[in-house]
Amino acid sequence: MAAATTSAKVKWGVLDAVVVVFALIPVLWIASLSFKTPATLTDGNFIPREWTFDNYKLIFQTDQFVRALINSIGIALISTLIAVVLGTMAAYAISRLDFPGKQLLVGVSLLIAMFPQVSLVSPLFNIERNTGLFDTWPGLILPYITFALPLAIYTLSAFFKQIPWDLEKAAKMDGATQGEAFRRVIAPLAAPGVFTTAILVFIFCWNDFLFAISLTSTERSRTVPVALSFFTGASQFEDPTGAISAAAVVITIPIILFVLFFQKRIVAGLTSGAVKG
Amino acid sequence: MADIVLDKVTKKYPDGTTAVHEVDLEIADGEFIILVGPSGCGKSTTLNMIAGLEDISSGELRIAGERVNEKQPKDRDIAMVFQSYALYPNMTVGENMAFPLRLAKMDKALIKQKVDDAARVLELTEYLDRKPANLSGGQRQRVAMGRAIVRSPKAFLMDEPLSNLDAKLRVQMRTQVSRLQKQLNTTTVYVTHDQTEAMTLGDRVVVMRGGYIQQLGDPQTLYDNPKNLFVAGFIGSPSMNFLSATVEESLLRTPLGDLPLGDRLRSSLSGADAPRQLILGIRPEHFEDARLIEEHQRERGFEFTMPVDLVESMGSDKYVYFTVEGEHATAADLEDLAADAGGADLPPQDSLVTRLSAESRVRDGVDARVWMNLDKIHLFDPRDGRNITLHEDKTAGVTTV
Ligand SMILES: Nc1ncnc2c1ncn2[C@@H]1O[C@H](COP(=O)(O)OP(=O)(O)OP(=O)(O)O)[C@@H](O)[C@H]1O
Ligand SMILES: [Mg+2]
Repeated sequence: MAAATTSAKVKWGVLDAVVVVFALIPVLWIASLSFKTPATLTDGNFIPREWTFDNYKLIFQTDQFVRALINSIGIALISTLIAVVLGTMAAYAISRLDFPGKQLLVGVSLLIAMFPQVSLVSPLFNIERNTGLFDTWPGLILPYITFALPLAIYTLSAFFKQIPWDLEKAAKMDGATQGEAFRRVIAPLAAPGVFTTAILVFIFCWNDFLFAISLTSTERSRTVPVALSFFTGASQFEDPTGAISAAAVVITIPIILFVLFFQKRIVAGLTSGAVKG
Repeated sequence: MADIVLDKVTKKYPDGTTAVHEVDLEIADGEFIILVGPSGCGKSTTLNMIAGLEDISSGELRIAGERVNEKQPKDRDIAMVFQSYALYPNMTVGENMAFPLRLAKMDKALIKQKVDDAARVLELTEYLDRKPANLSGGQRQRVAMGRAIVRSPKAFLMDEPLSNLDAKLRVQMRTQVSRLQKQLNTTTVYVTHDQTEAMTLGDRVVVMRGGYIQQLGDPQTLYDNPKNLFVAGFIGSPSMNFLSATVEESLLRTPLGDLPLGDRLRSSLSGADAPRQLILGIRPEHFEDARLIEEHQRERGFEFTMPVDLVESMGSDKYVYFTVEGEHATAADLEDLAADAGGADLPPQDSLVTRLSAESRVRDGVDARVWMNLDKIHLFDPRDGRNITLHEDKTAGVTTV
């Protein structure tokens, strides 16, 4: 790539810019809306003529939003943690071991991933009503794990398959136990995969609306996407667009932080150089 | 350092394939032994069983006199060099080499000293802080060797350690491996399917095929006295020529002409069950341009005239190719060899390869008169591939299966 010509660079630069702009405009538009006053909300200007922080003040004054934010963060983090830990173990076994029922396990997890979630909402609603899980954190965490696990298993086993197993054998020959070999050789190499999966699972849980609206009824466990839909603005007659925009901006921040935090660990091509020449 | 004994070691994979059949092998302390054979013959499986990476299905493995079948690899105190090198990509060269020592909870200062020593021997000192990704193939190979030698294990196991290098580097590293082994005098089991490596490196060579040991001996013995067609064809490059031959009275009828049966051949054929249909084997260097043969040698050989196909001059000598008319030698062993292009470079069946002196004046397309050394002829039984010219006195030093 060192020999890329100037014209090729320009071509790629333009292409990249188009893609970035295309993806960012809606986000920036929401951000712009969140800084506008109710009067200028619909003036169609990209850059607000009058800047205001009222929308942000407003949403943090309402108990609903803060409470929903806490619910969202807690539920998404716990689901991610459990799904990634279980997924890592399952993916390691799938890519490493030959055990009876392996194909079945892979098939079933694929099936779960393909299952339309909408069709599960009513049965889940009934089950959770009867078991007392309705409108609680575990009531959302459990279904999230169910649907995040196939995702985690799939991405992670793809990563594990890339790690040459000779490394594990080499570690054993060098005097490591099975546990040490996993901890000191395999785990550091699998880390990018684990973090990538964690991000994907977190985003999945964070963004979910369907389960969150069906399986919650009060602020006790309502997550942000649902809380947003209940937004009404300061008074009933006020247009809540500004407040919703501000809330939307606020809830993307944890995701951005989460990605930035883990991105450093996702060093592509970490396994290069392990084998051959 | 230790001796390694395989006592009727068998490996049966869960899917039913028996990769190694009752292999008996005694590897002396400090010996450099080579396992060679075509792809899929069970070399890696044997090595992995010694390493402890594969379970032994039956039989016993003893290292330094102690049964180790049930021991974990880490408790066997054996180092292994992998074909893929298997360097830890997240560690520097120095950390890679220190890894076995750190696992052994060795003192930091001592680790540093040992790693530095090993790096000096392998000329890796200036690369200690680099990651494996930024090394050349040859350097990575040396790091893999370094990781094996730092902790002075009882034995080294190497599975085709040079096969990922280009031809020139391979020759260099071959000498380095050989020198290192002599210097450390550590028992070494080395797997390869390259017969040149097998011939040049080992104290003794084990030729394997289909999970069985075909022959075990020092390289020269294998070369001079192969026990069967397979070993004869596998060892040597270019490989031995095989011709069909029929015994008639006191003559051996071959596509090259009727050869007289000397005392040596006659006695091999005297047995009651001696076959009449045979395969004659002779190596390329046992031919010579008839004009360059001195008178006293002439009667020990046989001369024939044939049109030359092709002359390849190597400078030091000439490879001259002929086309043999008539029936081809056929045997199951030869087909096996031909199927494994990686191992033996067997010439096409109807071609005869000879190596003549550089002074020879033979030219393409012109008839040449060629002398063949009858003392060096091997006769094989096509039914089981056995070398019937191999006499008991010559088998001294050759362990049979
Ligand atoms: N895990 C396994 N399960 C079933 N059969 C196996 C397994 N590993 C190897 N085999 C079979 O055992 C035989 C010996 O394999 P092995 O890897 O020892 O060959 P090799 O001599 O090292 O060959 P190569 O030169 O290609 O490395 C082969 O026929 C192979 O197909
Ligand atoms: Mg192998």
